[in-house]
Amino acid sequence: MTSVLSSLLGRLPIGYLQLIHHPGRLMAALAGVTFANVLVFVQLGLAGSMAESVAIPYRLFKPDLLIMSPVESETLSDAATLPRQRLFQARVHPDVTGGTPVYMGRSTWISGHEASSSIQFFGLAPDAGSFVHNALVDPLISLSLSDTALVDTLTRFVDMRSFSEASPEAPVSFEMQNRQISAIGTVSIGGGFGGDGVFLVSDQTFFHLFPQRSSATPSHILLTLAPGADPGRVAAELMQLYPPDTVRIRAVTQAMEHEIRYQMTERPTGLIFAFGVAIGVVVGIVIAYQVLSADVADHIREYATFKAMGFRQVFFVGIILEEAIILAAIGFWPGLAFSHLFYEALAYLTNIPIFMTPARAVAVFFGTIMACTLSGLFAMRKLAAAQPADLF
Amino acid sequence: MTHAAISVRGLDHFFGEGEARKQALFDINLEIRRGSLTILMGPSGSGKTTLLTIMGCLRGAYAGSIRLLDQELFAADEITRTDMRRRLGFIFQAHNLHDSLTARQNVMMGLKVHGRGDPKRHANAADHLLGMLGLGERMDYLPGNLSGGQKQRVAIARALVSNPDIIFADEPTAALDKVSGMAAVSLFKELGRARVTTTVMVTHDSRILDLADHIITLEDGRIVEDRL
Repeated sequence: MTSVLSSLLGRLPIGYLQLIHHPGRLMAALAGVTFANVLVFVQLGLAGSMAESVAIPYRLFKPDLLIMSPVESETLSDAATLPRQRLFQARVHPDVTGGTPVYMGRSTWISGHEASSSIQFFGLAPDAGSFVHNALVDPLISLSLSDTALVDTLTRFVDMRSFSEASPEAPVSFEMQNRQISAIGTVSIGGGFGGDGVFLVSDQTFFHLFPQRSSATPSHILLTLAPGADPGRVAAELMQLYPPDTVRIRAVTQAMEHEIRYQMTERPTGLIFAFGVAIGVVVGIVIAYQVLSADVADHIREYATFKAMGFRQVFFVGIILEEAIILAAIGFWPGLAFSHLFYEALAYLTNIPIFMTPARAVAVFFGTIMACTLSGLFAMRKLAAAQPADLF
Repeated sequence: MTHAAISVRGLDHFFGEGEARKQALFDINLEIRRGSLTILMGPSGSGKTTLLTIMGCLRGAYAGSIRLLDQELFAADEITRTDMRRRLGFIFQAHNLHDSLTARQNVMMGLKVHGRGDPKRHANAADHLLGMLGLGERMDYLPGNLSGGQKQRVAIARALVSNPDIIFADEPTAALDKVSGMAAVSLFKELGRARVTTTVMVTHDSRILDLADHIITLEDGRIVEDRL
């Protein structure tokens, strides 16, 4: 290792040799960097999981435009209802080739063991196959039977194993809102942070489950456009058709990105995760600083001797940055491994979509290098105490 | 090129500021010939170490002229003084070896200061000098595994390996036994003859006075005797 680093640096790897000279301190430093990495990874994982759980419902649909009420329109589930009239008005536009209303409602499912799950329902017309993900087209048609549902196998707090084989030929019944509902198929969505599971039903079944809701006031309206039509232009032209401030029109991906940004930057949960990441980074910087500054303090006479011999500041900067980068590069890997295990455990226990992504791993690796480098730069201030004249 | 390796004229130096300011050196004038072995003597607090650090470009002076190797260094900037220090060798009373580097690596640092160079050549030069100082069997030892005298000899090798023009040494023989101490000072003398290396040494070791070419005695910040 010494010879490899020597060739790489063009000098003795003094930083590396200093670190391995005190194995106990090195292990403590690496444990600190690992701990900080785990903190950051967990917070980023939870934030990513939240973003993923926000995105999943949007991915059920594949239309070009989504019309929402302007009231509470930041999220798919919280937006107010809007008149179905908006759908008929949109159909006037020559580039709008199709449209369908979507009804959303939330209900509590109490299973036989007094466990309850908060279920998000999506109600769609069974013939709205052109608006949903390809895998849902056939199951959606089968929802034409009254009081049937596609149930979420990842629903929390309920043993969903008995539903795994549910089909139109072998429905599995359960009670919801005092109605007998038959599961005739499954989806795998998961509850995320807003609920415990997602069920798909026909619009008619939806009104059975939520009798206070009316077909005249859907939650959202989905539109498909003619091939080649620019969604941005069509959205702008549609806005001219409606009275001011009565709708919000976005492409589905745009609405999804907007909600993710909203959840991450304006909702307390997102801010808590961001704060957690910041805490992790600060903890990492402080730990690395403590280690590096203690190392500088321990070698102050040696550094002063090097100064006396004529070594310039850049030489000392190189040693400290070498130590910082070695700490970051070695401490990162156990942090990655522990975080991966943590993700697995969390996903198993909570069913939230939390997993390691290569982009996150690379970002945290370079973030760790940068944080340790910053600590090294702070620790360099201690070098001022290395006065060669004091050696005599 | 003059015959003087070091020429000091009208040097004054103070420590502290305001009312706490205290003059440490008073109107120092001296000239040290190239290739000579000069010993600075005097009681504790007489200013010999302060004078050594000023001549070694480790500390600035308040007034006067300090010429090293024909270059005026009074009021020189840090870069100029650092460049000059690369032509000097320092031996400290405390060896100040780097604890995570082997004896060989510590000595090689004396060459590394001059740039990258060939590591093999650096290692050979270090090995040669350590062998001359009786440490041929200890080259791969860390300082923690060396005796006080052995550490001091490594420090001497580190100062000499780059063939400095001037060596500044503070009690270099204090940690050495009689034989090793005499061997080290004889090496300085030999370098003076062979390479015109100038040695300026602070010492209380009366055993080596006979080897000195020049003895300067200070008391209370003033030169009280300058004997060739």
